[in-house]
Amino acid sequence: MQTCLVVDDSSIVRKIARRILEGLDFQVIEAEDGVDALVVCKRAMPEAVLLDWNMPVMDGYHFLSHLRRMPGGDSPRVVFCTTENGIAHISRALEGGANEYIMKPFDKEIIAAKFMEVGLIAAPE
Amino acid sequence: MTPLDYEYLRKLLKERSGLDLSADKQYLIESRLLPLSRKAGLSGISDLVQKMKGGSSAIIDQVVEAMTTNETFFFRDKVPFDHFRDSIMPEIIKARAARKSIRIWCAAGSTGQEPYSLAMCLKEMSAALSGWRIEIIATDLSQEVLEKSKAGIYSQFEVQRGLPIQMLVKYFKQIGEMWQVNPDIRAMVQHRQLNLLNDFSQLGTFDVIFCRNVLIYFDQDTKVGIFNRLAKMTEPDGFLVLGAAETVVGLTDAFKPFPDRRGLYRPNAARAPAVAAPKVAVMAGR
Repeated sequence: MQTCLVVDDSSIVRKIARRILEGLDFQVIEAEDGVDALVVCKRAMPEAVLLDWNMPVMDGYHFLSHLRRMPGGDSPRVVFCTTENGIAHISRALEGGANEYIMKPFDKEIIAAKFMEVGLIAAPE
Repeated sequence: MTPLDYEYLRKLLKERSGLDLSADKQYLIESRLLPLSRKAGLSGISDLVQKMKGGSSAIIDQVVEAMTTNETFFFRDKVPFDHFRDSIMPEIIKARAARKSIRIWCAAGSTGQEPYSLAMCLKEMSAALSGWRIEIIATDLSQEVLEKSKAGIYSQFEVQRGLPIQMLVKYFKQIGEMWQVNPDIRAMVQHRQLNLLNDFSQLGTFDVIFCRNVLIYFDQDTKVGIFNRLAKMTEPDGFLVLGAAETVVGLTDAFKPFPDRRGLYRPNAARAPAVAAPKVAVMAGR
């Protein structure tokens, strides 16, 4: 089973994301900020990261640049999931090593579509 | 809604759009037409039917549009666009190397996601298509839907289903909370209102026809008729792309399936009327 790390400071968003991702057959680990998420990644790299941008302690963008410099840190598929919906933020995320980008609000269809896009789940035949 | 209302709507939709509703689609009518009747200040479906019987052509058009408008999103089903890029275009680039032109028809262009997805695909291949004349014709029954397609403006929700984020960044411009397809991509698509039940031969011939998820609403005879007319408009070495749940098999031999590419068909060269005889001869020879 693939693991997805959900990084978001809102417990409600984490709960919704968990429900959707478990429905897509992922094992879900939660972290509430970037520092917390790095601890998880040092222990074992997840296959996927669903990443909020604005969080206390360390934001999603800084987490991503740390992650990509870690040994094995280029392997997780990172999908931003944030209320930041401006083209500047999206471009910055992609240059920073994000694989996909979700603008909140999201639903199951959007998560499934984006995870399919980066090869985390198979396209229906 | 009374059984008589339902029959009236069924008959009218069949005549106007070819939409073939079975006897048990009351829920579909209600889900599509109740919002419309409310918008028109009417109390329900029966009221709406009364107004239609009164000969209000504006309301009849709106009813037909509401019943025939379908969900669509960018790169819907993904696979057909992979076929387009990996199977269809390489052949066309070879076959039309001298003429350097390609004509594509989206026969159920709807709100534009499909024709613009094709336009983006072609833009991604622009190195191989330098100096080519590219025509994408998007047609739809509904004028309202075509207007939305022409504008090329989509909600945040719409651009997140099927469209890779890199393509959003590359080919769209943000306008407030909405996203608009860039002018160079929009310029690749022409729009025409068209009812597939009517003669469409004036559109000319095409190298590729996308006709996905629209024929499912037609009855058998109508489908066969449309396939046969589509075949006349497809170049002999051209392609027809159908929806995932659709096929020509068992309906017509005007097209034949392309091996190992689901949803992809080519005109059947062995089919022209004169060829019917040898086919029988082959069978008899066994």
